[in-house]
Amino acid sequence: MIKRAPKTTKSNITLNKTSQNLTLPVTMAYNPQIKTKQELKKMSILEQLEELKQQAVCELDAIDDNKKLDLWRVQYMGKKSRLNEVLRGLAALSIEEKKTVGGRANQLKQELEAILKEKETVLGEKMVSAKGEEAIDISLPGRKPPIGQLHPISQVIDEMCRIFISMGFQVVEGPEVEWDRYNFDMLNIPKEHPARDNMQTLWVDYENEQGERPMLLRTHTSPMQVRVMEQIEPPLRIVVPGKVYRYEAIDATHIPMFTQIEGLAVDKGITLADLKGTLYEFVRRYFGSDRKARFRCDFFPFVEPGVEMSIECIVCKGVGCRVCSNSGWLEILGAGMVHPRVLEGVGIDPTVYSGFAFGMGIERIPMLRYGIDDIRLFYGNDLRFLRQF
Amino acid sequence: MKIPIKWLKDYVDIDLSPKELAHALTMSGTESEIRYIGESWEGVIIGQIAAIDPHPNADRLRLATVDTGSGLQTVVCGAPNLTVGDKIAYASIGANLIDGYTGEKSILKPAKIRGVESCGMVCSERELGLSDEHEGILVLAPEAPLGKGLAEFLSDIILDIDVTPNRPDLLSVIGVAWEVAAITDKKVKLPDLTYDEVGEAIEGQVSISIADQDLCSRYSASLITGVKIEESPEWLKQRLTACGIRPISNIVDITNYVMLEYGQPLHSFDYDKIKTNKIVIRRAQCGEVIRTLDDVERKLTENTLMITDGEKSVAIAGVMGGANSDITENAASILIESANFNSASIHYTSHSLKLVSEASMRFERGIRPDLTVYALRRATQLILQIAGGCAAKGIVDVYPQKYEQKPLILRRSEIKRILGVEFSNEQVLATLKGLGFEVNIESDSEYSVKAPCWRSDINIEVDVIEELARIIGYENIPTTLLSGSIAHQEPNYLMDLKNRVRQTLVGFGFDEVINYSLTNVEMLAKAYASNALQKEPVKLYNAMSAEQEYLRTNLRSGLLAILESNLRHEEGPVRIFELNRIYIKRDNNLPNEPEILCGLMYNPEQEKVWPTNTPPFDFFTVKGVAESLLSSLYVRADFKASDDDSLRPGHQAEIVVSGSKIGVLGEVHPKVAAAFDITGKIFMFELNISTLLSFALRSGGYKPIARFPSVIRDIALVLDNNVTHKQIVDIIKKFSLVNEVILFDVYTGKQVEAGKKSVAYRLLFQSAEQTLTDVAVDKVLEQILKKLQGALGVTLRA
Repeated sequence: MIKRAPKTTKSNITLNKTSQNLTLPVTMAYNPQIKTKQELKKMSILEQLEELKQQAVCELDAIDDNKKLDLWRVQYMGKKSRLNEVLRGLAALSIEEKKTVGGRANQLKQELEAILKEKETVLGEKMVSAKGEEAIDISLPGRKPPIGQLHPISQVIDEMCRIFISMGFQVVEGPEVEWDRYNFDMLNIPKEHPARDNMQTLWVDYENEQGERPMLLRTHTSPMQVRVMEQIEPPLRIVVPGKVYRYEAIDATHIPMFTQIEGLAVDKGITLADLKGTLYEFVRRYFGSDRKARFRCDFFPFVEPGVEMSIECIVCKGVGCRVCSNSGWLEILGAGMVHPRVLEGVGIDPTVYSGFAFGMGIERIPMLRYGIDDIRLFYGNDLRFLRQF
Repeated sequence: MKIPIKWLKDYVDIDLSPKELAHALTMSGTESEIRYIGESWEGVIIGQIAAIDPHPNADRLRLATVDTGSGLQTVVCGAPNLTVGDKIAYASIGANLIDGYTGEKSILKPAKIRGVESCGMVCSERELGLSDEHEGILVLAPEAPLGKGLAEFLSDIILDIDVTPNRPDLLSVIGVAWEVAAITDKKVKLPDLTYDEVGEAIEGQVSISIADQDLCSRYSASLITGVKIEESPEWLKQRLTACGIRPISNIVDITNYVMLEYGQPLHSFDYDKIKTNKIVIRRAQCGEVIRTLDDVERKLTENTLMITDGEKSVAIAGVMGGANSDITENAASILIESANFNSASIHYTSHSLKLVSEASMRFERGIRPDLTVYALRRATQLILQIAGGCAAKGIVDVYPQKYEQKPLILRRSEIKRILGVEFSNEQVLATLKGLGFEVNIESDSEYSVKAPCWRSDINIEVDVIEELARIIGYENIPTTLLSGSIAHQEPNYLMDLKNRVRQTLVGFGFDEVINYSLTNVEMLAKAYASNALQKEPVKLYNAMSAEQEYLRTNLRSGLLAILESNLRHEEGPVRIFELNRIYIKRDNNLPNEPEILCGLMYNPEQEKVWPTNTPPFDFFTVKGVAESLLSSLYVRADFKASDDDSLRPGHQAEIVVSGSKIGVLGEVHPKVAAAFDITGKIFMFELNISTLLSFALRSGGYKPIARFPSVIRDIALVLDNNVTHKQIVDIIKKFSLVNEVILFDVYTGKQVEAGKKSVAYRLLFQSAEQTLTDVAVDKVLEQILKKLQGALGVTLRA
């Protein structure tokens, strides 16, 4: 079965169908002066056209909706209309008649088009201004396209990365299963040093030929500092979001897997003042321009000097509350100037280059911002929780 | 480390309030808090046990009659250490105490215990917030004034500091005093270390040799004879208790006291038990066993350093003494050890034996050998003062390789290069000298600096620079933005792709979830109909629990588990996805960590809700998601029949891009759904985003917009049931004038014969060169139908 479809659009097909169905009753309904075909035949073509015009104008006056208007158009201007018949019949007429009848017929066609257009405008305005019973209940819910939610942790990572990207940092990612060399040794955390105990490590059940067990789940995103510096010559600026793992008993504030974002900038002439400026700017953009920040000294083996940054408590705005242990401040990240030993380890001359690094736990940020008191909610994946962000 | 502020004041004047002091220490690198002991002791007074009677109704309880100084009260008490005559802390009704069981603060109320009214309570240390001790009641010194408030006698303000691993010196009161002095611009007052040595020379009496000098760099010792072992005086006991150390006897208490004071751990031996009069420091023999002071038998390896008498071991060096040389009440001759042990060795021993002591905590942080003699002299002096006896002349000091501290050069230019600020000459000198450093001005631009003997963390120039920054204060560091050239950037296509996929799926109504990477093999296998693990997962060596012993090799299991748990409280529809890593084991290498996208769709039969017409939910729903997602990434994918073990046979497809399999999709196998307790159809898609990366986000180039109109023909075809849509489309599309093929109906039923189906297509013909005539189009259509008939037996529907 082949159907020759019209070149017009599908909606027009439907409309034509509808009009055909409705033709009969509507034709019956109008103009009492309707003439029989025989009566029409007796009249001259010009008279017929005149009659047609009067009928058309008269009927058009009574039309008050688009459907009827459409029927009117088919009746008087369609392919099977009398006017069209006259126009098609012109060929059979004498030259003289062609001139007069043809001229009149075309004129009538234009007249009809004009009044049709006028009527369409009138009806259109009438439709648009319809009130009362014709207005819809706009309080009914809409047909919503479905929309989901990004996980709150993804949202925070995105926001933070965007800020650092705008400061010239590049986002990179690294392996979650690491060698202890990258996770510890090259970050100036030697074996049998108590600094390792601060990061309770989950080790992989793998033994090398020397009988050592060097594979672990990274305890921080800092191994990427080493990996990147091994590959890229300064100047470099990177941020590394990613998952990290610790041997932690699960409770409201501890989980064995969480997320960090690491930052590193190495170049000639980078100072602690630059670190302070970069992080304060981050705080201003992420937490708002009125959020105060402060540095204090802290120890991380792979930086020297090492600092910790706090921001004014999000909950109490510095007055002191339960969340900030009445200090008015919340610790949010550790940072410092890259330790010369770390630079030396990757073949960067620490007397020529300097750099800063920072690392921040991600979960803590939405916890503080939204007052979430249980970190397990992030990975419990209860949609009633996740859909709130 | 807990330090009573009163004790700290012995060495440095403090004019800050305790809170200000804690704040100043915190800002300079040592997190500190203040604890007020006795702040809430209103209603707690010093009483004395006057009599003890059995409880009429309970064997384990007794009735204590307490003399409160103003009358007698009967208290029901379960403590085993009730003794008539002891001074105790008596809490009257209404006192604010800590509940010994819950740890919560509570007001003491009158109570009948097993039928006997208890008028108040005799308190344990825990109930007073002094320590966690709750076995027995707190027994006070006999001189405690009867009837007076406990706070007047025992209250204290404790500086509780959290010491970072690089600062063993802050595990000592004097070390903290130096820190306070530097911050507050004060002088430190050190104890006088002189005492009389009236005994015989120590040389003939004690011989010390270090066999393993790599693990013991210095061993100093003194000998005191004729001591009297007693309880320590009250002040000493109080200070130890305040620092969290249990008093034992005068000699042991003094060694602990000096350790707290100087940060140098000491050990005391009953010298009469060292029959050989020799001390030999050597590695343990493999399998050697020692019974330590805590009465536990410990097996050692050759990595552990031992203190021996040349024949048998008497202590595990730097960790804990042996029971065989313990100071008992009959001891008369005491050998005091003040030694320096290798930090890594002590760390190893302490961790492998799971034996962390006050001594090991200090040694493993690395203390300097210079410190031994100061502490030794101080301990000897205090023993003579408190336990009597006489000190042998001299000390033994075996110090094979004297630690020579090379001065560090501190350049002013380096201060500026690292900190971004210049400090004045006065600031540099005052700060470093305040911390006990020796500083010499070498030139206009350089200092030569030597750290004091209690500081083992100052090894390079930048360590000294940090001292300046932290004492002068980070608030005095300026704030500048990075000004160097912007680094070369490589675009991170994978991150871009992941973000795009996440955003698109969210736009499709999917919620993102994140699961733990750690799981177990049962969970991983549960996602497969055969319940068999598909790949061997990476196993942890020291997993916390069997539930989290392996790294996941799929995302499906976790997602199904999430769906299961969410369906407990909601009906659906649920659309979730995760885009994260799985971990694929490799030989002798780190595992592969491909980024996987997995999504689930679940849509239960629902009652009609506004707006009414709900779209169908079937295989083509999930296929549509994958198709739209891929097309948004400019990826053209093919779908092939597949046999994934998680999916229902015959209702699943492999997603193929340029010949590479990048994923699967389909209906979750009913067996798998049942394993997760889910009824109803679940559809799943899974894409390897790492593989997809090489095909995605490459736009297919530009096609000019057609200038000539298209011609449409609708055709209805009848064909065998096994002929696929793809076979038909592939043939039709080979005709160059066909611009588009749109399926608009698939029908099987009465109208067509059995084994056949009817499909209807709309074909759009278009030419880039001309307006097509009906004749030309009909000619091509005829060829198409001929080809379809020849290749697939397709006929035009009548």
